[in-house]
Amino acid sequence: MSAISLPLAGLSPAPDSKPSVDEPMPNDTSSPSALLKVAPAATRPVRSDFDLAVKSFIRQVVPPVLGFALLIGIWHLVTLSSGGSVPGPLQTWKEALVVFADPFYQNGPNDQGIGWNILSSLKRVAIGFGIAAAVGIPAGFLLGRFKTLSDMINPLISLLRPVSPLAWLPIGLLVFKRADPAATWTIFICSIWPMILNTAQGVQRVPQDYMNVARVLSLSEWKIFTKILFPAVLPYMLTGIRLSIGTAWLVIVAAEMLTGGVGIGFWVWDEWNNLKVEHIIIAIFVIGIVGLLLEQSLVLLAKRFSYEQN
Amino acid sequence: MKKIVQIENVGQTFETKKGNFIALRDVDLDIREGEFVTLIGHSGCGKSTLLNLISGLTLPTSGVMLCDNREIAGPGPERAVVFQNHSLLPWLTCFDNIYLAVERVFGDKEGKPKLRQRTLDALALVGLMHAETKFPNEISGGMKQRVGIARALAMEPKILLMDEPFGALDALTRANLQDELLRIVDATGATTVMVTHDVDEAVLLSDRVVMLTNGPAATIGEILEVPLARPRDRVALASDPVFASCRGAILEFLYQKQLRVAA
Ligand SMILES: Nc1ncnc2c1ncn2[C@@H]1O[C@H](COP(=O)(O)OP(=O)(O)OP(=O)(O)O)[C@@H](O)[C@H]1O
Ligand SMILES: [Mg+2]
Repeated sequence: MSAISLPLAGLSPAPDSKPSVDEPMPNDTSSPSALLKVAPAATRPVRSDFDLAVKSFIRQVVPPVLGFALLIGIWHLVTLSSGGSVPGPLQTWKEALVVFADPFYQNGPNDQGIGWNILSSLKRVAIGFGIAAAVGIPAGFLLGRFKTLSDMINPLISLLRPVSPLAWLPIGLLVFKRADPAATWTIFICSIWPMILNTAQGVQRVPQDYMNVARVLSLSEWKIFTKILFPAVLPYMLTGIRLSIGTAWLVIVAAEMLTGGVGIGFWVWDEWNNLKVEHIIIAIFVIGIVGLLLEQSLVLLAKRFSYEQN
Repeated sequence: MKKIVQIENVGQTFETKKGNFIALRDVDLDIREGEFVTLIGHSGCGKSTLLNLISGLTLPTSGVMLCDNREIAGPGPERAVVFQNHSLLPWLTCFDNIYLAVERVFGDKEGKPKLRQRTLDALALVGLMHAETKFPNEISGGMKQRVGIARALAMEPKILLMDEPFGALDALTRANLQDELLRIVDATGATTVMVTHDVDEAVLLSDRVVMLTNGPAATIGEILEVPLARPRDRVALASDPVFASCRGAILEFLYQKQLRVAA
């Protein structure tokens, strides 16, 4: 149980950003003056709806903007206090315009546009993650369905899961003899665990009621799988996938720094060697944005396939 | 009349952390074909346990359970169950929930159009044609329970087993569904075993009311025949002396002979 209960923390969907309507405190209305103030708004609902929309828009947009302003302010201060060795926001922005003006140039294998670097990183993630999903999800179903198997495998997973992904890289290099499959291998090994564990947990959590329906109907194993197990487990599975992709994207940057070639991680390392710190900062933003997009698209997918209980 | 279920000397013991817990002992009951039997008793006495034994979802630790003279070795579609919490699959529409059952039971012999027709007929039987494409979370509690009943009826089971099917509903919906059930049972003549808490419901619907003693180690205390003619009408029955005496007998059993010791 202990190994399995952990990854579920990520199951709760992203906080809904529904605009909350400002409600007057209940005891406000008890005083006559408050009643007087409320009355005109109630008689002109169009006006008050518009006001509410504007208010909720402001409430949604202003705090994030302030957050970014704060970040840029701190960044600026750091630049000032470092005596200019850390490039400032404006300088980085100008450099970013240059970098993104031609993201797909190619000057030999070690000098390519940022677009190529991102794409090749994504490709590695896709391959490693794809293999991990192809192995991990069926494994999760088996582990969830057969107790003996999970009793056998769970201790191994508990042992291997906490190992830093980069510790696997040398093994990959040793086995595959080349950098590229070694990086893919690292992605594979670190993104497989959340998928196994979440899928297995999903299977174990299929409500007994649904299984009783299956038993009363005497459904075939295939029908049980397609009509009951799979739909019931799907939300858990998607959580596992989301966590896996997140981990994979975290790991790829580090793996590429070590293996070299083309890729966003390698690009960061290369720019460090060239002492182009602006590029490193740009890369940090790019990595963050790509990670965010990956995550958000899976959250959307999960929403699409989640069903409401009862 | 033919006996369709025979329960002979059945006992059910659960293994718990604190040792064995005897839920039922020495249960003897024959259910006749076409009969409507209700199981009534105080909460926790073992009504669901007994129903689960008939459905085959659990097997008895002692005694013999026969359905159609064959030992009950597990659940099967000839003994359809309406679960207390409806147990509809939330990712299937009302139609598909029923179709899954229909397809399982009749899929070998009949083509798709026939199966679809059966499903629609079942929905029509419980008055839910309009909810065909709705998902369970889009309909009310009473409607869900009706879909659950439709699913069970669509299987044309030998026996219909219902565990407090109206337990979670308000009084009005409950009365409507009881009337609907009366009508359906009169029309189909299905053998029905139903668990209930509700004395009026038991008398209104049943041919026999099986009263269980308090647990642990519950058993059948009394069996009451309800000699009311069918079709039954709840309004007319309200002033019927037979109805009143049946009701009185059950109340006496529950509240005098088996008075629950205040916990
Ligand atoms: N799987 C189980 N393991 C251990 N004890 C159980 C199990 N199932 C039921 N029991 C016990 O058996 C007794 C009868 O339970 P049962 O669910 O049949 O009661 P019930 O009459 O249906 O009650 P209610 O009206 O509240 O639904 C209870 O004391 C319950 O705690
Ligand atoms: Mg019960």
